[in-house]
Amino acid sequence: MMHFLLLFSRQGKLRLQKWFTPVPEREKKKIVRDMTTMVLGRKPRSCNFLHWKDLKIVYKKYASLYFCCGLDAEENELLALEVLHRYVELLDKYFGNVCELDIIFNFEKAYFILDEFLLGGEVQETSKQVLSRSIEASDMLQEAEIDNSDYDLELGWP
Amino acid sequence: MRGLAVFISDIRNCKSKEAEIKRINKELANIRSKFKGDKALDGYSKKKYVCKLLFIFLLGHDIDFGHMEAVNLLSSNKYTEKQIGYLFISVLVNSNSDLISLINNAIKNDLSSRNPTFMNLALHCIANVGSREMAEAFAAEVPRILVAGDTMDSVKQSAALCLLRLNTTSPDLVPMGEWTARVVHLLNDQHLGVVTAATSLITTLAQKSPEDFKTSVSLAVARLSRIVSSASTDLQDYTYYFVAAPWLSVKLLRLLQCYPPPEDGAIRGRLTECLETILNKAQEPPKSKKVQHSNAKNAVLFEAISLIIHHDSEPTLLVRACNQLGQFLQHRETNLRYLALESMCTLASSEFSHEAVKTHIETVINALKSERDVSVRQRAVDLLYAMCDRSNAKQIVAEMLSYLETADYSIREEIVLKVAILAEKYAVDYTWYVDTILNLIRFAGDYVSDEVWYRVIQIVINRDEVQGYAAKTVFEALQAPACHENLVKVGGYILGEFGNLIAGDSRSSPLIQFDLLHSKFHLCSVPTRALLLSAYIKFINLFPEVKGTIQEVLRSDSQLRNADVELQQRAVEYLRLSCIASTDILATVLEEMPPFPERESSILAKLKKKKGPGNLHPDLDENRKERSVNGGTVAASPTPSTDLLGLGSTIATQNSAPPVSKGTSLLVDVFSENIIPDMRCLPLAPFPSRFVCKNNGVLYENQLLQIGLKSEFRQNLGRMYVFFGNKTSTQFMNFAASVFILCIPADPTVDGGAQLQQILNIECVSDFVDAPVLNIQFRYGGTLQNIAVKLPITLNKFFQPTEMTSQDFFQRWKQLGAPQQEVQKIFKAKNSMDTEVTKAKIMGFGAALLDGVDPNPSNFVGAGVIHTKTTQVGCLLRLEPNTQAQMYRLTLRTSRDTVSQRLCDLLSEQF
Repeated sequence: MMHFLLLFSRQGKLRLQKWFTPVPEREKKKIVRDMTTMVLGRKPRSCNFLHWKDLKIVYKKYASLYFCCGLDAEENELLALEVLHRYVELLDKYFGNVCELDIIFNFEKAYFILDEFLLGGEVQETSKQVLSRSIEASDMLQEAEIDNSDYDLELGWP
Repeated sequence: MRGLAVFISDIRNCKSKEAEIKRINKELANIRSKFKGDKALDGYSKKKYVCKLLFIFLLGHDIDFGHMEAVNLLSSNKYTEKQIGYLFISVLVNSNSDLISLINNAIKNDLSSRNPTFMNLALHCIANVGSREMAEAFAAEVPRILVAGDTMDSVKQSAALCLLRLNTTSPDLVPMGEWTARVVHLLNDQHLGVVTAATSLITTLAQKSPEDFKTSVSLAVARLSRIVSSASTDLQDYTYYFVAAPWLSVKLLRLLQCYPPPEDGAIRGRLTECLETILNKAQEPPKSKKVQHSNAKNAVLFEAISLIIHHDSEPTLLVRACNQLGQFLQHRETNLRYLALESMCTLASSEFSHEAVKTHIETVINALKSERDVSVRQRAVDLLYAMCDRSNAKQIVAEMLSYLETADYSIREEIVLKVAILAEKYAVDYTWYVDTILNLIRFAGDYVSDEVWYRVIQIVINRDEVQGYAAKTVFEALQAPACHENLVKVGGYILGEFGNLIAGDSRSSPLIQFDLLHSKFHLCSVPTRALLLSAYIKFINLFPEVKGTIQEVLRSDSQLRNADVELQQRAVEYLRLSCIASTDILATVLEEMPPFPERESSILAKLKKKKGPGNLHPDLDENRKERSVNGGTVAASPTPSTDLLGLGSTIATQNSAPPVSKGTSLLVDVFSENIIPDMRCLPLAPFPSRFVCKNNGVLYENQLLQIGLKSEFRQNLGRMYVFFGNKTSTQFMNFAASVFILCIPADPTVDGGAQLQQILNIECVSDFVDAPVLNIQFRYGGTLQNIAVKLPITLNKFFQPTEMTSQDFFQRWKQLGAPQQEVQKIFKAKNSMDTEVTKAKIMGFGAALLDGVDPNPSNFVGAGVIHTKTTQVGCLLRLEPNTQAQMYRLTLRTSRDTVSQRLCDLLSEQF
């Protein structure tokens, strides 16, 4: 199974973190630090796999963002690369040419899409069509619910 | 939620960390006041503020309020509010939160809502949090949802993975029930997404209780076969870049790795077909140039290879897998080279493919030298270590040593350990071993841990023939103007013990030796100085002529008044000892160190610790190494030589007590405890015939117990590691295993899921036919279990291969021409007549395979010597396949008729 998935920028800014096993907050911070230094320190055209403690680390860079996950030792690295790719495809389809800003401003959507795709560190559904349909369906629910309250008084705050 | 977007861009516009914190504190104050305010907040505002809190938390700040509001959102009937509530809970609620009962309540409502969207949100939340309280609350409900007939597919998928999560976090709360059988049938589901999720669940459950999920094997094979043979368009959206359902394929292959090869011939054949198809596809031209296509295709291929290695039973597939990996070793994609190196490591430990892996040695060495990426080089080191054996040890150790000089700092210590282990394990002459370790210290002294230099000293002390050489070599090494402190330690110890062996040479007279050591003294740390002081006092005993010089050194203020109490004490005591003791007493006190008890090298334990338990396939790999460390010396074992085989035994105690002493106490146990079962009344399980040509594998398995073997033989001696694995979750009591009349007092209890290891030392006294029997007796639950299996110790295990020329062969063949010396058998082929497989089997049988001896190239000719305690029996063999008739003719000629007969019987069963 996958233990965690991290998205971070070239500057090491964490954009998304998903933990599939219970990890204390301190330990999380340490792992994030280790991953960013390790992955950002890699030379270009290195292989996408690393060993770290008992885990296999698989990472890939998409534009300015690094996608990095930690896997059990018996997991398949190549397929993990494609898990990352499928997630990027899903984000891309949802946001239309996804960029880092989309993920920053719509982090709750990014988490939601991830939950539809991976659950408990395992792939739940791999079909892009099925996934897109369920993501769209929830958006429809959202559309229906939106009322005028979106024009709230907060616009000018502060 | 504009407020949120505004807040996020505010944060992004902050120029400094302080500004960001200021902005966040302002926002937190605002939210707190809203939450505490008199005016009740509507759902939308609550959602927005909760979302802001979540954002702040994800930035890395602590959040200590808002949980209650998030929980309130869960009971909203608006989807987005509920969704944000669940998201907040998943990210922020740790498993022991007080709110868990409130959360559970909301989840319960959603699970019973029959609204699939809400049910999914609730199931995701259980899977994300996965706490014990949640497991307690929903362990019964989730399986029900999973197998209910009217559950929507997407909910089934969530339920399957949710159950998987609960099972990993609290397995005791998720009991198997009538749902298990129905879960297995999800493998037949129409919806591939459901099958994918279910396969993950079944794999995890099958690892824990293989018996309960045994039926999944045939279903998984059937499903896999349908996917593998489908056209790429058949599976619609489950085809990923022209590869049919790669995720599901990989998961099915992984599930099959929980089981041994299927016993049912038809299923087994179908699986072999699938694996062959996958291997064939690797040779087809790619259907797309996209990397996603090749990744997905190769992901399936690598998983198939893992399964082939796991089964370790089909030589043809193993050799094909090895060839495929060999191709990848040269691939232009770094990822594939990395994975090929990694995968080959496990292949190297299979008896069938070890030789095939070895043929790639030059490529791997080249990778070590030329790969730009350190993580790839690291895999190359691992593979060299795995493929090392007696034939290539010198080359591999030399390459690793030369790589060490430029190696990355992060992996130096590991390489040092590996070189030390290989050098010891494959040392034919110990001068090479000593040279290797000294080179290690020279090239990477800082990374040579204590275990490594302790070990070289133990070995030098235990082996007379190398002591003079060691003394000479360390003396020379110490001449270097700057040498590593570890070298001073080794040098001090060895010269203190064996300096006399080189003292005859005027260039290394006692005084020169002493001066050389003492010139390093002041540069060393306290422990090394203490060691040197001991070396000095030993010198006083070895060389009375330098007594005065050394006493003067000991008497100096820097020693007698040293600030370090240990050094001071040694100086005082050694000085007094040298002054008052007579020569005789000195000689007794300072006598040469007695040999160390033989035991497992502590270096191995260190390597294992360093690599961590999760490293690849450490069990297989490390154990393979382990079994012959110290292999050069077989511990003296109590050997009642009343039988063909003298079987001594020692309990494996990892790098602790020496086996010798255990062995002596054993005799008492043997005769005091009367627990020898009557063999005649037991069903006797024969060993699988593949063990004739193989040394490792699973010997016996039933519902309770699995017996694994790893063994090695050299000349007339052998050592066998027997692993008893308790497959149940209950403890076995009064566990005892015995061989023939000799009892092995094993640890009397074996915990559920635990494994017990025993070592048998074997000696072949004379040639024999019957294999010894291993009797096992233990109490499981209330009943006494008796199991008897034959141990795969066959005459051919004591075979040593002999290479010879064609001329020699035929000369000897003629010499063994007496009618009783030759045994011939003509028999029908039971397996496919594959040349490579036959070769592997003859080599596995123990004979050297002689190429170019027989005039007919399709015949196989082998030679070797059977070693027994009293005699050696030369053996020649010839195997003539007739592919048209599917027959073989096997001829054995040896100097002893019984040996010819027995070897012929054994070998003819293999084809």
